[in-house]
Amino acid sequence: MRILVIEDDENTLDYLVKGLSESGHATDPAADGKDGLFLALEGDYDVLVVDRMLPALDGLSVIQALRSAGKTTPVLILSALGDVDDRVAGLHAGGDDYLVKPFAFSELLARLEALTRRRDAGSPDTALKVGDLELDLLSRVVKRAGQMIRLQPREFSLLEYLMRHVDQVVTRTMLLEGVWNYHFDPQTNVIDVHVSRLRGKIDRGFERPLLHTVRGAGYMLSGEAS
Amino acid sequence: MAVLLTFIYWSTAGYMALQTDDTIEAEVTGLAERYGVSGLDGLVRSIDERISRKPNGDAVYLLTDDQLAPLIGNLDRWPRVGKDGDGWLNFNLEQITGDGDEVTHRARARPFTLHGGYRLLVGRDMHALDATRSLIVRAIAWGLAITVIMALAGGIMLSRRTMRRLEAINETSRRIMSGDLSRRIPTRSTNDDFDQLADNLNGMLDTIEQLMEDVRRVTDNVAHDLRTPLTRLRNRLEALKRSSEHNGDHAPIEAALADADGLLTTFNALLRIASIESGRRRAAFEDISLDEVMRDVTELYEPLAEAKNQKLDVEFSDNVQVRGDRDLLFQAFANLLDNAIKYTPPGGDIRVSLDDGLAGPRIRIVDSGPGISEQSREQVFKRFYRLEDSRHTPGNGLGLSLVEAVARLHKANIKLGGEPGLDVQFAFQKAA
Repeated sequence: MRILVIEDDENTLDYLVKGLSESGHATDPAADGKDGLFLALEGDYDVLVVDRMLPALDGLSVIQALRSAGKTTPVLILSALGDVDDRVAGLHAGGDDYLVKPFAFSELLARLEALTRRRDAGSPDTALKVGDLELDLLSRVVKRAGQMIRLQPREFSLLEYLMRHVDQVVTRTMLLEGVWNYHFDPQTNVIDVHVSRLRGKIDRGFERPLLHTVRGAGYMLSGEAS
Repeated sequence: MAVLLTFIYWSTAGYMALQTDDTIEAEVTGLAERYGVSGLDGLVRSIDERISRKPNGDAVYLLTDDQLAPLIGNLDRWPRVGKDGDGWLNFNLEQITGDGDEVTHRARARPFTLHGGYRLLVGRDMHALDATRSLIVRAIAWGLAITVIMALAGGIMLSRRTMRRLEAINETSRRIMSGDLSRRIPTRSTNDDFDQLADNLNGMLDTIEQLMEDVRRVTDNVAHDLRTPLTRLRNRLEALKRSSEHNGDHAPIEAALADADGLLTTFNALLRIASIESGRRRAAFEDISLDEVMRDVTELYEPLAEAKNQKLDVEFSDNVQVRGDRDLLFQAFANLLDNAIKYTPPGGDIRVSLDDGLAGPRIRIVDSGPGISEQSREQVFKRFYRLEDSRHTPGNGLGLSLVEAVARLHKANIKLGGEPGLDVQFAFQKAA
């Protein structure tokens, strides 16, 4: 995908551009808000990474200008501030996701991929299918290879989230925000316990596992043979 | 006051009585001289003249022979009290008023025995004096009552004004203690004692706020200045890890990354606590359902307890509302529950409850773990404090500091108890 990174800290900018390029994405840098806005309006990007604090034009103004010009490119806001009101302000200005510095590169990558996929999804699904695993959102029935699987409500939401992000790395923070809807730092890897419970229900007894652990990053649900 | 009023009474009423006595005395002397000069006839004429001059006057006269048979006077007989002696006689006068009613007056008279056994009685009907006396008493009583009432009213008004101003100072102090450092005590610009006190206190608060602001700025700068190079270090390590993905052992890099992450987590936790303590997040408070937050927390941690074979008992009241920050409360309860699970041995019990009592919503987390000794209970909320026994368990010693900061932000009270085990109570104030 094509990514534009607007970030004034040279070091972070280099690091992001290098990392994203290595991950196989065409990435353009912009060092201040004005250049960034100009590039974003001219170019055809799949996703923007915008720092909140920028010289010339701050991040939120860039997003607002972009949105009022009719551009719907998804935006991930980077911020050194970690307050909830900042998050709310950022999302209110038209940002699609919010990541607090410092972050793991894998976290950023996972979120950028989730943002572009979300855009592709288009029409709302009533049923999700990954390999031989099926999830019906209306009857809330989950089947694997035709066999009914009983899930707790939270396990159902967890599986739904993973299935909506099929073949993408999903981080623990993304799960906390997306499935539990809380922004907080767990002191223990409590999410892992939930994921392994779910894994026990959907993968146990089947030859090919669907739910994979991505070392140092998170989890991925994948129907492809790995 | 009473002394003054007694003096007033004595010097008015007493003086009047004295004057009356003097007048009577003078009259007795005058009439006795008259008798000496012009004999009985002269005396009778003289008395008759005096009575007829003022037929309804206060003067009382009676002249009798030695058998007390009246010769002249406006008394029909010698008063029954005190037949002899030269002292004063106090007796009652019965008079028929114009309406035919009989009234009794007090009278005071001086008897005098003349040569030849004639007896003279000169006195005064005291009712006018009595009326004046009671008028004075009544005036004094009213004066006293009004003075007392005014004094009371004035006192109440004064003390209420004082109380109001003291209450303003107390209220401001309470607000400041709960974190709103920008509060100041209102002044009235009358420059009275209270204004001077308020000015001094406000000046002191300005200084404190300035100092705290300086400390906070330094802390923020330190944390920020260290966080940026730490982030870079982490980025470089991660880049290094990616570039060495396929050539051999990168476990040392991962260990270094984990260290950097640990440092960053600590910094973030510190900055987070500072941000909570600044009270800024109070602006974003909303109505939240505490039972829902509690259900979510216990649901999230239940598998952890199950993995340690611990029994997690849950008892929540329904529909408990508070104003607050949902994410922070979740974080606080998650930290508490996380601790309970971490420190309770396998197979132990953990009880989590929420009740909406009269005093306000209260959350209790009771575990069957080793508990915290009485001496350490105050300490555990301090930053970086770790109990001796828990040094080998993972954690940065900031979990409970954060819980306390969240409690303070919500004006909630947190209390540690229990023996054995630990009983944590997180009590909100009743919504106003």
